[in-house]
Amino acid sequence: MIPEVGHFALILALAVAIIQAIFPLLGVQLAKPQWIALAKPTAHVQFMLLAIAFTCLVYAFVSDDFSVKLAASHSNTQMPTIYKVSAVWGNHEGSLLLWAFVLSAWGMLVSIFSRSIPAVMLARVISVMGFVGIGFLLFMIMTSNPFERLAFPPAEGRTLNPLLQDPGLAIHPPMLYMGYVGFSVAFAFAIAAMLGSKLDAAWARWARPWTNVAWVFLTGGITLGSWWAYYELGWGGWWFWDPVENASLLPWLVGTALIHSLAVTEKRAAFKSWTVLLAIFAFSLSLLGTFLVRSGVLTSVHSFAADPKRGLFVLMFLGVVIGASLTLYAARAPKLQSTGRFELVSREVGLLVNNIALITITATVLLGTLYPLIIDALGMGKISVGPPYFNSITIPLATVLFTMMGVGLFLRWKNDSPERLIKILRIPAIMALVVAVVLPLLILPEFKWRAVLGLLLASWIAFTALLWFSGQGRSPFKKPLATWGATLAHLGMAVTITGITLTSMYSVENDVRLVANKAGYVVGDYEFKFINIENHTGKNYKAIRATVDVFQNGQPLTTLHPEKRDYGPGTMPMTEAGIDGGFTRDLFVALGEPLGDNAWSFRIYHKPFVRWIWLGGILMALGGLLAAFDGRYRRTRKIFLKDKAKRVAA
Amino acid sequence: MKKVYLIPLIFFILLAILLKIGLHLNPRDIPSPFIGKPAPAFDLPRLYQKDQRITSADMKGKVWVLNVFASWCVSCRAEHVVLSRFIRTHKVPTIGLNYKDYGTEEYGEDVLSWLSQLGNPYTFVAVDKEGRTGIDWGVYGVPESFVVDKKGIIRYKFTGPVTQQSVEDILVPLILKLREESAS
Repeated sequence: MIPEVGHFALILALAVAIIQAIFPLLGVQLAKPQWIALAKPTAHVQFMLLAIAFTCLVYAFVSDDFSVKLAASHSNTQMPTIYKVSAVWGNHEGSLLLWAFVLSAWGMLVSIFSRSIPAVMLARVISVMGFVGIGFLLFMIMTSNPFERLAFPPAEGRTLNPLLQDPGLAIHPPMLYMGYVGFSVAFAFAIAAMLGSKLDAAWARWARPWTNVAWVFLTGGITLGSWWAYYELGWGGWWFWDPVENASLLPWLVGTALIHSLAVTEKRAAFKSWTVLLAIFAFSLSLLGTFLVRSGVLTSVHSFAADPKRGLFVLMFLGVVIGASLTLYAARAPKLQSTGRFELVSREVGLLVNNIALITITATVLLGTLYPLIIDALGMGKISVGPPYFNSITIPLATVLFTMMGVGLFLRWKNDSPERLIKILRIPAIMALVVAVVLPLLILPEFKWRAVLGLLLASWIAFTALLWFSGQGRSPFKKPLATWGATLAHLGMAVTITGITLTSMYSVENDVRLVANKAGYVVGDYEFKFINIENHTGKNYKAIRATVDVFQNGQPLTTLHPEKRDYGPGTMPMTEAGIDGGFTRDLFVALGEPLGDNAWSFRIYHKPFVRWIWLGGILMALGGLLAAFDGRYRRTRKIFLKDKAKRVAA
Repeated sequence: MKKVYLIPLIFFILLAILLKIGLHLNPRDIPSPFIGKPAPAFDLPRLYQKDQRITSADMKGKVWVLNVFASWCVSCRAEHVVLSRFIRTHKVPTIGLNYKDYGTEEYGEDVLSWLSQLGNPYTFVAVDKEGRTGIDWGVYGVPESFVVDKKGIIRYKFTGPVTQQSVEDILVPLILKLREESAS
């Protein structure tokens, strides 16, 4: 019964989405206020219906209702409840439902926090989001019904891929989706502005906080995914340039460019058509990511089972959404006159360079991701593009970007003098140079030029951000949240770069043979002693577990328990590494194979500053969040209300 | 309408056509011109005994598998358990062709740890650090697996990660059939 309620709610949601898409838009065209007024209630009803559908599906999983095909094939009674819930989106149909649900949630939020937005604009925005919703709901109802029933329900469900039974992965996809789908808001604003031929600074101001929040979720989701890959896959790596990872990085890169470009459009009324294009790109790349993951055109360890019928649907959907928006763009953009004039040395140009660098990185990553497909489609064979390509292309481009990150903060709008800039930037540049040269000499085991370059860029970004922050005059707590946010985000980037540099250059990874209770293995100040190995039973797995004592300078430091887990028949054995995390280093022990005579092989890593990679991600997300809640966006609302009151009074 | 604003749309249309074609291709299904032809000869250093070499002549008279892998290849991890089980259960002599692995200067570092961490299922591991042998065998991507019969003829080529289903449906029946054939 419950699954049918869910299915029915889904069909109703489609009907409401059609009303939401058509009536407000037509209402604006035909000047029918009643139709325009439908925007808000339909957005709310849409959210409620999808919440019901989603809850029904979660209920089917949690209550072990194996007559629902999806639950039978992705969940079983042995799993802890939290993984039954996360299993809901660990598959194709369920993750689509989550997509649609998140989209409706964004739609409702926009309709609630929209007092400053004219009803006509809001009607268009909600209507565009309704169109996107129609696509996803049709996709689900026609090709991937999550509530499909089995005539002969099995007594027990299948085991969920043990990789996915992990708290990190329980929240990672919803966060990514919040980010992906969140860009639909900026997209809807851009389209609505184009439809109304009102591409002034106003739409940029409205879209800014929404874009920031979406970017925050995406940043958080990517950080979490990288962290999950690090400790769960047991490979000691944190980024693999896998197509699915790239699919999440692409919208992030464009989203970052969009955040900065929106600022120029709002404040200086420049780059108008460029910003619109970025808003379209950010959401298009989110959709493209969905296509790549769902259709199976690219092979990846992350993708779910491929189905060409579904792929075709997503492609048609992509064609309609992106094709239509780019056609609209081609029609409207030529009329856009960027009014703000600026000189070669100015903040506008600084942000333009930042945008170009980000877009070039996006294009190269996209090319690398799609290259195997291009070669294949042209009938020239099959290839795979590995990390060597991505690293060699992105690092030089990122160097340009990181250098500009420091300069851009100090640039003045319109026109600036190079002499003034050099005078200001001299100090952080010298400080960064000192840190980058001295630090490796003092504390790092070996002097490497690439490490110097990485540290130079990181400390350059950090010092310029701090200098800029302190130069803003007012006391720190009176500064606008946007200033705090920008500083934090830039500092976060510096922290991430430091982590990446030091981990890549100074990690020690070794495979060693250790005998129980015999001499240990020494890395730097640390000694790893293998004590014993025993069987261990967890809630949903059986494991062999080793005990490894770690000593620092002869003093006992910690005890690690690397494991090899077996999650039952039909699954791969999993490596669960023993990790001792720290602010300046991680010690990481993975259990290898038995070598006989009480000896086992172990993989031991000493990874300096690896945590900084994710710490930086958290700082960036926090910065984005602060900026989104800047008082300025609320003030504009008040001003607007005052305007409205005046008009009413007049 | 200025033409410059049509550029994004044109790019997208090209991309969409590409994706449409890609949809009808199976990334794992590649006809190889090498099937039915003698396996290209090779002579490569061995990973664990760098002074020794492994050549195609060493495999003569056996039904064997050449698996192209690299430590940087994510899909290789995906197929590793399935492939290992297949090699172990059916006692298939297998050469792991370590294709253009990281750190070509001090090659072997990454692949050694990769194998010790995941387990080494291979009878021999041949190091193809320049990728020359890979070119001779027509390697498009990694991983790839070739089945070679007793006469040294390539009988099957598998592109992409080997799945349990393809082991059961294709590889095992093929290996059993080829073992029945005579070597001369």
